[in-house]
Amino acid sequence: MHSSKWVGAWATGAAMMFAASAASATTVGFAQTGHESDWRTAFSASMQAAAKEAGIEMKFSDADQKPENQVKAVHDFIAQKVDAIVIAPIVETGWDQVIKEAGEAKIPVFIVDRDVKVADRSPIVARVAADFHLEGKLAGAWLAQASKGNCNVVELQGTVGSSPAILRKKGFEEVISLFPGMKIVKSQSGDFTTTGGKEVMESFIKATDGLKGICAVWAHNDNMQLGAIQAMKEAGLKPGKDILMVSVDGVPDIFKAMVAGEANASVELRSGIGKEIFDVIKGYLGGKHDYPAWVVIASDLHTQADAQHMIDWWASQKKGG
Amino acid sequence: MEHADRLPAAARPPSRLGDLAGRKWFWPVVALGLILLVDAFVSRGFFSIGIVQGRLYGSLIDVLYRGTPIALVALGMAVVIGTKGIDLSVGAVVAIVGAVMTYLIHQDMAAPWVLILTLATGALCGLWNGLLVAVLDIQPIIATLILMVTGRGIALMIDAGLIVTFRSDFFSAISTGQVFTVPSRILVCAGTFVLLWLFLRRTSLGLFVESVGGNAAAADLAGIDARLVKIGAYMLSGLCSGLAGVLICGDIRGSDSNNAGLFIELDAILAVVIGGGSLAGGRFYLGFTVIGVLIIQTLTTSILYSGVPPEYNMIVKGVVVLIVLLLGSRRFRDRVFGVFRRGAA
Repeated sequence: MHSSKWVGAWATGAAMMFAASAASATTVGFAQTGHESDWRTAFSASMQAAAKEAGIEMKFSDADQKPENQVKAVHDFIAQKVDAIVIAPIVETGWDQVIKEAGEAKIPVFIVDRDVKVADRSPIVARVAADFHLEGKLAGAWLAQASKGNCNVVELQGTVGSSPAILRKKGFEEVISLFPGMKIVKSQSGDFTTTGGKEVMESFIKATDGLKGICAVWAHNDNMQLGAIQAMKEAGLKPGKDILMVSVDGVPDIFKAMVAGEANASVELRSGIGKEIFDVIKGYLGGKHDYPAWVVIASDLHTQADAQHMIDWWASQKKGG
Repeated sequence: MEHADRLPAAARPPSRLGDLAGRKWFWPVVALGLILLVDAFVSRGFFSIGIVQGRLYGSLIDVLYRGTPIALVALGMAVVIGTKGIDLSVGAVVAIVGAVMTYLIHQDMAAPWVLILTLATGALCGLWNGLLVAVLDIQPIIATLILMVTGRGIALMIDAGLIVTFRSDFFSAISTGQVFTVPSRILVCAGTFVLLWLFLRRTSLGLFVESVGGNAAAADLAGIDARLVKIGAYMLSGLCSGLAGVLICGDIRGSDSNNAGLFIELDAILAVVIGGGSLAGGRFYLGFTVIGVLIIQTLTTSILYSGVPPEYNMIVKGVVVLIVLLLGSRRFRDRVFGVFRRGAA
């Protein structure tokens, strides 16, 4: 009897401990930029899903594209003593104070997507984000394969001086420089816009006498590529058939163009990256502290073969969101 | 001041060239000619014109084609500047109009109605500007800055923050179609120009605009309702920007609120000034404004064609515009060419 009482007390204690640990389940605050694009909405949905799967409670803040909202959200997360804070910064600067406060509260900070510029990065465990440079290399590698290493390329650059434009160009050039038969023969900026891509492409078409000798169009984003496709069609050319079309982003319209046979490949800036991000958070909270400063999320490349699948995926995201 | 160019010929050097050089249209046309001359040497094939897909095709056609939205905006801008005003909101109006048009198309409204409501939206934006300037007497640069800043926000709100695309044969025909091989948007622009010219120069309305811009108080004494004229000018500018918005969005078959018509106000103001308009008001020239647009667009198209690295686009553009404006400056010409003349004598 004595012993059974002891067992009962032990059981009660264990049950209480278990209840206590359930009440203090891991909580993560996520300061999202807003919902300015389909990509962003899909990204948020993927974070929600990944948190649920990991059994983590996620407090979600939509800053509606206002940096001050975002800083306030992070302050709130600190006050609520969350276990970790994830920030998808709207702007790079203005983060010193609040990230320092998170550090003082011993709350680890994770940066996703764009980076932050702070004097003291010690509260930041890691940045988990895709790599523009890698995207350029992937596009170059696909084109090298598709053209068997022989290709005169025209390039539609993004906004001059912007980091995606600089790094995508650099990555692409690094790969094609491995092939003596590949070179960029024309390059201009289309400012990442559809109109810009269309206008530049119209000039390229005239300057090369109807893209004579050109085997591919490489655009730093899909929107410019969509403009280029229109310009080529209006000039009676066949994008995707006579000319290889490769770009970056993976927006729904480029997949529609692939299904129509007018685009060939797009390196996806993946939005379904919640799992990758939560893997790092869980790992860190579980004691793994040797993450590199930048955990690179691999990029996917999609072609006409899986374009329909991607359209369906986007449609399902829209329904879910 | 503006009569300086209409001095009797005897007041100027008695050479025919000198006579020509005194004309308002001379220097902008020379500038345009020089840019084309450089193209002739630098860019092989710049002048070739053919017919592709049933439409005129060539870099010169591209100049006209890409220049139409700027020309429409600049024509409205010229009239506003004539009243001693300025309209910074034109780019934002392009974005709003594009968003409204896209929204209405997605409501399955009949295309002609969409067009009418869309243009009315542009005029409404102009009415707002006009009321701020003429009734509340807010300085034009500030009054129109308000819509310039908020306008893209409004457009983004209508688009729910996305680039919304559409399919519409009607709007594609207006923007990217052709009539007897001539791109239809060029005809739209030419038609607008002729209407505006008849409306402003074949009636006294143009003079009203200039008198309000030159001396509003005097105009008032002469019985011209300066308020009404100003409101009318801003509405005209809104309407023109609206039409430009229809062409710009019809071109990419979508409404890209962040980028549609971005910085078009700068090109438009520049075109007006190159065309001899004065920011001090009191005069405007529709025809010269179009030449100003042609200079700007020829320059842009030439840069894209020539293979200049994109890092230098802005520098090249800036330097050429500077040269054009220097050529247009009477004082600069007198100084520089005066030295030559003295040297020759």
